[in-house]
Amino acid sequence: MKQKTDVLQGTLALMVLKTLDVLGSLHGYGIARRIEQISGDVLAVNQGTLYPVLLKLEQEGAVASEWGASENNRRARFYRLTREGRKQLQVETQDWEQTAAIIGRFFEVKAEDLS
Amino acid sequence: MRATRRLLARLVNFATGRTQEARLREEIEEHIALQTAENVRTGLSPIEARRQAMLKFGGMEAIRQDYRAERGLPLIEDLLQDLRYAFRVLRKSPGFTAVAVATLALGIGANSVVFGVLNALILRPLNVPQAQSLYAIERGTDNAVNHSYPDYRDLRERNRSFEDLAAYNVTSVGLDTGHNPSASWILEVTGNYFDALGVHPYLGRFFHAADEHGPNSAPYIVLTHAFWHSHFQDDRGVVGRVVQLNKHPFTILGVAPPEFRGTLAFLFPDFWVPLVNQEEVEGENVLDARGNRGLLMVMGHLKAGVTPAQAVADLNSVGSYLEKTYPKDDGNMTFTLARPGLAGDWLGRPLRAFLTGLMLLSGLILLATCANLGSLFAARAADRSREVAMRLALGSSPMRILRQLFTEALVISLIGGAVGLWGSILLLGQLSVWEPLPTAPLRIAVNPDANVYAVALLLSFVSAFLCGAVPVRQVLRTDPYKVIKSGSTGAVGRRMTVRDLLLVVQIAICAVLVTSSLVAVRGLARSLHSNFGFDPQNAMLVETALNMAGYSGDGVPAMQKRMIDALETIPGVKSVGVVDRLPLYYGANGTNVYTDKTTDLRPVNAAAEAMVYNISPEYFDAAGTSLLAGRTLSWHDDKNAPRVAVVNREFASKIFGSATKAIGNYYKAHDGLRIQVVGIVEDGKYGSLAEDPQAAMFLPVLQSPSSQVCLVVRATGDNPQLGAAIKDTVQGLDAGLPFTVRTWRQELESALFPSRMATLSLGVLGAMGAVLSITGIFGMAAYSVSKRLKELGIRMALGAQRKEVLQAALGRALKLLAFGSTAGLLLGILASRVLSAIVYQATPRDPLVLGGVVLAMALLGLLATWIPAQRALSIDPMKLLREE
Repeated sequence: MKQKTDVLQGTLALMVLKTLDVLGSLHGYGIARRIEQISGDVLAVNQGTLYPVLLKLEQEGAVASEWGASENNRRARFYRLTREGRKQLQVETQDWEQTAAIIGRFFEVKAEDLS
Repeated sequence: MRATRRLLARLVNFATGRTQEARLREEIEEHIALQTAENVRTGLSPIEARRQAMLKFGGMEAIRQDYRAERGLPLIEDLLQDLRYAFRVLRKSPGFTAVAVATLALGIGANSVVFGVLNALILRPLNVPQAQSLYAIERGTDNAVNHSYPDYRDLRERNRSFEDLAAYNVTSVGLDTGHNPSASWILEVTGNYFDALGVHPYLGRFFHAADEHGPNSAPYIVLTHAFWHSHFQDDRGVVGRVVQLNKHPFTILGVAPPEFRGTLAFLFPDFWVPLVNQEEVEGENVLDARGNRGLLMVMGHLKAGVTPAQAVADLNSVGSYLEKTYPKDDGNMTFTLARPGLAGDWLGRPLRAFLTGLMLLSGLILLATCANLGSLFAARAADRSREVAMRLALGSSPMRILRQLFTEALVISLIGGAVGLWGSILLLGQLSVWEPLPTAPLRIAVNPDANVYAVALLLSFVSAFLCGAVPVRQVLRTDPYKVIKSGSTGAVGRRMTVRDLLLVVQIAICAVLVTSSLVAVRGLARSLHSNFGFDPQNAMLVETALNMAGYSGDGVPAMQKRMIDALETIPGVKSVGVVDRLPLYYGANGTNVYTDKTTDLRPVNAAAEAMVYNISPEYFDAAGTSLLAGRTLSWHDDKNAPRVAVVNREFASKIFGSATKAIGNYYKAHDGLRIQVVGIVEDGKYGSLAEDPQAAMFLPVLQSPSSQVCLVVRATGDNPQLGAAIKDTVQGLDAGLPFTVRTWRQELESALFPSRMATLSLGVLGAMGAVLSITGIFGMAAYSVSKRLKELGIRMALGAQRKEVLQAALGRALKLLAFGSTAGLLLGILASRVLSAIVYQATPRDPLVLGGVVLAMALLGLLATWIPAQRALSIDPMKLLREE
């Protein structure tokens, strides 16, 4: 149970970084919407878990935040990627692709390939 | 890098107390609002839209906690939060807090006091380098620490296990530094003493083995730091100064370092003098007397790599050589090793046993305290079951609630521990400066050190854990749904629980303590009015040692006679007598005596061991000892007259069979001298108040002179200036004679010291036991009343009488009380046998004691159940039922 959320948290952070990289400055709800649109049901429930992740990224220095006005003209916190965050995204993207490639090869392997 | 940055941010947030709660709240609000608007656009009603938005957002509280955990340092923050909450809860119930803190303070305080004493006297070694390898040599099966000087020299020269062996003796001496001569307690030591121990001087130099060249060859003094400070005002010029010891010139060589106070843990001597000068210091020397085992102790460091067992084997082989070579003087020469600080096993063993027992007892008391508090905590947890259930229902984890309860217990324990430690530090400080005996420099140096603080802290944590652990099961089993529905956690069990058993044990311990302290108090009271064989009322004592002022040989009895004559002229004085050593003065002097027919004067053939007192003819008169038969001694019983003695009744019946057969008959002293019995006096107390009748003999001072003098001045009691007059008179006879004047009552304090201490410590423990029992019974009774309020209310509504209500509410507590008290009383009666060794005529078969115990326990029960009983009686059934 716990492990699953850990994995989710890790991937969630990466999704947040990528979203901000592509779309620039966004508020929490906007990030949640994008992730939902792209990923389907990862954030269908428990959208709130996004906020601790955002805080973590901010405390790590990967994102910065400031107050701004939302679409319905209310105060909202807008997040944007920092230079540090961009670097982090690059590194993690590479890591992720590498991992995915390795895992992918494992799934493709059939019994006769190994003999 | 990222991790450090994150940690830094957390630390900053924690330190600045920035919560960012508001930011999160605002963000959440905005998030929900945007989602709701989106939902409305898809055609939902505004209310449903908001509900769906909230659902999608997830558990608000959990997210908040995650957020909080991410922002700062959750462990510490939780702890602080728990602490704040604990303080708030405890402040809200000051009564409970005060009782809990007080009982824990008592329990932890008692433990740290006992541990402080144990630590200082038994665990802490003597303050010398490599104390771990320092051993004293004990001789024979009865573990005697004393040895003779010739034996010591043989042991030193012939053993191969010790680096060196030093010996010492305790004595008092008259010191004259030019003005105001006074008596000092000193250690007479062998020349190698400081070198063998590895101590280095603070100032000047020490004496060494090379300084010894036969009797009286080393007239040197080494001062203790404390004595140098108090008597020489830290004057660095004392080195080389010549002072008079018993009118003999001695040179001050140096000062010992402050942390080295001699080689007995409880004796604080003034200075050290070489043993070879014994004749000048004590008036005679026994350096060549192999049979005179006058050295207090022989000790030394084991060589590196030598085990105690190897050393014992080595010493035993020297011992068997000594037995063979000196059959007349040396027998039973087997050896064992012991720690030197408490005079080996002589004092060490009883003290260790006593302190271990005390430690065990106080440990039990602390355990009982924790059990009590544990049940109080459980009762509170039960009272708070609604709160607990509510918190569980709101998603708090059981662990978090338990942690909260433990935090409360910890706060109470730490406060209690701090108070207890503070009290014990005060008490130990008092104990350290206290001089229990007026006549000797005895101190119980028990100033607390880091060990004591650590133990107190540890005990606080252990207590917190024990107290907090009691309600754990209760909390873990809480079913929030049920509790909130029914308002209680179910009925009180009827069977005997562990908690009940603990309470019974605790009450029994309390009853034992109360019984033994009453027995001790009664014994003490009785011993103050028992027959000592002398009458301490209206008697003054002048104590001195004539050799301190240079008297020797025939000068001693002449001076004694002059003193007697001079003191008798003081108005209000009835008679004056001299004795060399008072009965009941610590260190009674016993010697073997033989029947007249015995020719082989070996210890095994002795008819009895008798106390020896050298007295002047008027002593019996002055002391108030009554003569039963025959005559007293006279000034004509001198060196030229036949040797005579007055003996006590016990002596007469032991040696001669009866008093009538004794008069005019002879017995033999340990040196074979025939002595005629001329009179018989009543039995008295000689060694201790609790002793069985002992044989004693009184010899004329003219036939066996002693420079130790105690003048007993019997007065009519109507001269208030008597003490001053006595002082003037003695000073008028010889201004250079150090002496002390006291009443015999004051002197008896030292004889009563052990029983006083026993009574005091039992009394304190008894009082603590009582407090504990009260809190225990109170906790139990209060708990059962609060659990059964509803039932009691219904009973009252149905017409139950006050008596029945009380019985239902308190019956169980009172039953446990009766049960525990009876068990405790029986145990206390058994325990009193042990007490009779210390306290005079300690017997529990005393109606006053039995009545007292029953009364005390009943009072205790009444006190403990008073408040719960009031609460049970004040139940208003109507109100109670309406509340539901």
